[in-house]
Amino acid sequence: MKADPKGVLTGEHYLDGDFACAEGALAAGCRFFAGYPITPSTEVAERFSERIPEVGGIFIQMEDEMASMNAILGASWGGVKTMTSTSGPGFSLMMENIGLGAMMEVPCVVVNVQRGGPSTGLPTMVGQADMMQARWGSHGDYEIIALSPNSPQECFYVAIEAFNLAEKYRVPVFIMMDECVGHMTEKVIIPPAEEIELYPRRLTNSPPAEYLPYMPEDDLVPSMIIAGQGYKIHTTGLTHDERGYPVMTAEAQEKLVHRLINKIRLNADHIIHIEEEDTEGAEVVVVSYGISSRVALAAIDEARAAGIRVGRLRLITVWPFPEKRIRELAPKVKAFVVPEINYGQMVLEVERCAAGQAKTILVSHGGGDVHNPQDILEAIKESIK
Amino acid sequence: MITKEHPMTPLLRMDRIPHIWCPTCGIGTAVSCFAAALKQNEIPLEKVAIVSGIGCTGRVAGYMKVDSFHTTHGRAIPFATGLKLARPEMKIVVFSGDGDLFAIGGNHFIHAARRNMDLTVICVNNFIYGMTGGQLAPTTPLSAKSTTSPYGNYEHPFNLPHLAASCGATYVARWTALHIRRLTNSMSEALNKKGFSFIEVIAPCSTVYARRNRLGSGLDLMKFYHDNCEIKNGANPEEADIGFQSKIIVGKFVDKEKPSFIDNMHVGLKRALGDKYIPYGGDDGAK
Ligand code: SF4
Repeated sequence: MKADPKGVLTGEHYLDGDFACAEGALAAGCRFFAGYPITPSTEVAERFSERIPEVGGIFIQMEDEMASMNAILGASWGGVKTMTSTSGPGFSLMMENIGLGAMMEVPCVVVNVQRGGPSTGLPTMVGQADMMQARWGSHGDYEIIALSPNSPQECFYVAIEAFNLAEKYRVPVFIMMDECVGHMTEKVIIPPAEEIELYPRRLTNSPPAEYLPYMPEDDLVPSMIIAGQGYKIHTTGLTHDERGYPVMTAEAQEKLVHRLINKIRLNADHIIHIEEEDTEGAEVVVVSYGISSRVALAAIDEARAAGIRVGRLRLITVWPFPEKRIRELAPKVKAFVVPEINYGQMVLEVERCAAGQAKTILVSHGGGDVHNPQDILEAIKESIK
Repeated sequence: MITKEHPMTPLLRMDRIPHIWCPTCGIGTAVSCFAAALKQNEIPLEKVAIVSGIGCTGRVAGYMKVDSFHTTHGRAIPFATGLKLARPEMKIVVFSGDGDLFAIGGNHFIHAARRNMDLTVICVNNFIYGMTGGQLAPTTPLSAKSTTSPYGNYEHPFNLPHLAASCGATYVARWTALHIRRLTNSMSEALNKKGFSFIEVIAPCSTVYARRNRLGSGLDLMKFYHDNCEIKNGANPEEADIGFQSKIIVGKFVDKEKPSFIDNMHVGLKRALGDKYIPYGGDDGAK
């Protein structure tokens, strides 16, 4: 299924990451945006408020982020592709209903343009410290998908990918940007609509009498309906059976939660998208994402000039974590070097997957600025000693 | 004519009966009045959705045979807002309790009323948190007891019709579980009203509120409503405060016309953008 040209601003533009993300969403067919202003993500909402009335969609500014998150879940049940955007404090408020989205299996996309935290932290300055919150922030056990672009151009494409994954796996998908990527302006080329492939909503073919809202298909994902079409479904945040009815037993819990987790875990190979360069034969692999992946380039170049065989692995999908690839590389390299603007989050995953077969070195940064590439270079040099 | 089927059967999920509510609880009465209102209006059931939050009344969504959404605590209104905007041809009804809608969900209520969002909100007010075993609610009358106000409540409660009216609701009514005919009529009027309509249903919680406050059974509370309700249509809602076992003013307080959120959105965007404005058509952005 191809994109509707109405939402696709084909051509060459200079856009910041926030605007590019909004354009990617519009190209992907997002026609409902609910949000609340928060730096540094506000431009995503502003772009939507200006553009969406011209493409046949709805923008609403809600009273807070809990409301925004619920509004996109409700609208998604109405058959429309939906998005909200926020930053750390708002992301915290959304967590309650991100859990509801995971439980009700509602396709939707949430953008987090990360700033320094905790709490109000550094509203206008960069951070990458919500990466674990994205994975574990709502209570209970569930799996989500999160992507992390490193340029405005990639924000555009990642937004499309996020919608396709949300529809395919019926799960909230996060776009984990950071303030630098959100606010940097670069050239963004938007292709013609016919070059944009979209994954349509998985609507059921069954008549209402035979339809079970939570009966999974082969890939463990159930097909969906649109409210108002006579299916008269029930859906709940409570543990439920295939009919969507609440069932308060350990057996129902096991069956449901196991499926919610496995529909992502068992499909991880289809979901994961990473970028690699010179990882074969490398002695050190720098694992990075977002703005840190660009800052690391200078350090990698210098290390290579000094004769060190450095590979590069960039996480575009951060969750599910590409654990298979790290496990494959671990016995072949001396070390993984992980620069991130936090005190150690994704590095924990790298370390877990390396399982002692390679050193894992964190290059931390508290936020408010990007790394000095020199610090990454030192870590690379240190790692092969 | 004798039929085997209960007249409400098409409106209820019979496969979920028996329900979880206690005998003589007032929630069931509110549900049957609502079902009667839907029937009266011959509203096609596929065009109705119910959204509930959490609590005893929050379970209403699970028993009505329409598209029904049992959301998180306090969040039924914003969920319903999204659903309504995505499916403007549907009637979206929020059915929830006083604690859910006015404590944890209070902010959403006032903003939906302010926007004149096209929703009908039905609040079953039993003055207490029933599901969690009888704690203080933002509607618990002064001096009434609950498990978290064991010495009597010393917080001022909300006057819900006054709150709804001040925030801009275009239809506001209050009835009790005793006023079946009037409540049904109000529900019918609300369903046909554009914009934000609000109905408070005072209802007995026999198990926790009545018992803790030694008010007898659900039936005794119904007798109390009978003896102490004063019907005052058009009354100023500001004067409709509820004290502990005091007189209860009921009636239709507000019924006015005002452009709804959806009306205003179309008018405003059309004025600003002219032919460039493409109203939402429910498509999925794909070819
Ligand atoms: S606890 Fe009270 S409100 Fe809840 S079902 Fe029982 S009587 Fe009704």
